[in-house]
Amino acid sequence: MKNHYQLLIIGAGPAGLAAAVTASNQGISCALLDEQAALGGQIYRCIESVPESRAQILGSEYQRGKALAKEFRDCDVDYFPETKVWSLSRDREVGVLHKDQNKIISADQILVASGAMERPVPFPGWTLPGVMQAGAGQVLFKSAGVIPSDGVVLAGSGPLLLLLAWQYMQIGVDIKAMLDVTPLSNNLLALPKLPRALLAHHYLTKGLVYQRDLKRAGVLSKIGVSNLRAHGDGELQSVSYRHLGREHSIATDLLMTHFGVIPHIWLTQAACCKHQWDNSQQCWRPQHDEWGNTSIKGILVAGDGAGINGARSAEHAGRLASLQALFALGIISQTERDQQSIDDRKKMQGERHIRPFLEAYFAIPQNMLATTDKDTIVCRCEEITAGEIRTAVENAHGDSNQVKYLSRCGMGPCQGRQCANAVAHIVADAGGQAVSDSSHFRGRPPVTPLTLEQLAMLSGGEHNEY
Amino acid sequence: MFKQLLNSDIENVEVILNNQKIMVPQNTTVAAMALAQGLRVTRTTPVSGSPRAPFCMMGVCYECLMVIDGISNQRACATYVKQGMRVETQQGTGPSLGDAL
Repeated sequence: MKNHYQLLIIGAGPAGLAAAVTASNQGISCALLDEQAALGGQIYRCIESVPESRAQILGSEYQRGKALAKEFRDCDVDYFPETKVWSLSRDREVGVLHKDQNKIISADQILVASGAMERPVPFPGWTLPGVMQAGAGQVLFKSAGVIPSDGVVLAGSGPLLLLLAWQYMQIGVDIKAMLDVTPLSNNLLALPKLPRALLAHHYLTKGLVYQRDLKRAGVLSKIGVSNLRAHGDGELQSVSYRHLGREHSIATDLLMTHFGVIPHIWLTQAACCKHQWDNSQQCWRPQHDEWGNTSIKGILVAGDGAGINGARSAEHAGRLASLQALFALGIISQTERDQQSIDDRKKMQGERHIRPFLEAYFAIPQNMLATTDKDTIVCRCEEITAGEIRTAVENAHGDSNQVKYLSRCGMGPCQGRQCANAVAHIVADAGGQAVSDSSHFRGRPPVTPLTLEQLAMLSGGEHNEY
Repeated sequence: MFKQLLNSDIENVEVILNNQKIMVPQNTTVAAMALAQGLRVTRTTPVSGSPRAPFCMMGVCYECLMVIDGISNQRACATYVKQGMRVETQQGTGPSLGDAL
């Protein structure tokens, strides 16, 4: 790995791969860093090694990744898998841990394509072994062919839950129940956005086909579910919920939940890029222009890490950001950049027709986001409950970061990834303010834990002579 | 809870999980292996000792921390199995480096 690149791309999902392909054969030094051993990000995970039978079940959207992976393999960009990027500064210095070697490298242009993570929504019992996120179910299936053996309850809201149910049904997993927490009132809010969504009707058709297939297979499906709880002594034994005013319970050793996905913003936060609350997507995302430029010169974002728009959109955004980086480096002219971007820009707009409808239809209810149950653990690492956070707010700590200092919530190994959003919602709710006015934990490097030995490596080189 | 679909194209490696020898297909993460082996609890928390297991499987939540080859606090979902690897359920903060030697 060199100490300096003209273009550095972080993340080998659809945005990062497409960006690398665009930057290829331009005569620049360009590297792609990725944490995983295999390319594809989470969406196209193990796309190059997946057995054909499994790829068929995962569906056509997953298989789209094959063409992209092949294009990438033909390009001349330096690819570094199994590489942890643990810091990013506004001066475009990047902390990189690769093959047990820790160092700081720099780049003229940096594209952060860090992708998305599941939106963590605390509910009673969510820390019990046997409760997992739906994305975990997908990763297990895609990467290792590991599937539930004694049935699974799926609960939450969003397209991924439906997709996972459909994939599990194809492979013969017993789906004990589909518990949809999407409030019925969302239908009304989403209705005005339906006409635009019809312009991207292939997504709607796919969703309807999944629903039809699940219904035909006789999968128990409940909509408008509330009061979701996981129970068990040391591990999950049952799931309870309220439906049409009555309490129900299902015995299960496995519950997979999904409450939508949010951008993974820890690196852009560490760099102090400006972020904003996106009310429609119910998340924070880095501010960026149509090319992916953030508030810091030379740092760009693309893909779901810039705001949730899905894998196809991520590919287009990756190409646009790469063209912008090539323009900023003086490799292509503004006219060339603009001309080469026309097709991607058009397709990306087409992809986005579906988003406002999906965002309104699958919006997570406020009482779930703000964890109204006081005994529920919000910070999984430090085991801080919603009640403790509310008490901190009552004691005049009306800001996420103050709550963090007081309670230690967000100070565990995940560094607040699992509780930042919930804490912001609780602080806003308890303080009677909008979450947009509330704050997110400040992200600081290292954004992923390092050992002291790894940190000490940074002082090697010139200090060795002492 | 979980099972692993057979794939004859992939070679197996021998891993020692909580002192038991098992054969696991290569390209499997330690977390996927532990779940497929029926391990319900992969660590207990340092705060209250409560049991935990892999949650996100994509390196974000740090719930799947295990002791791998004597080193504690390793993300099992981001570590791939290797021939001869020793994997243990982590109790609290796990053994310190001195204990492992």
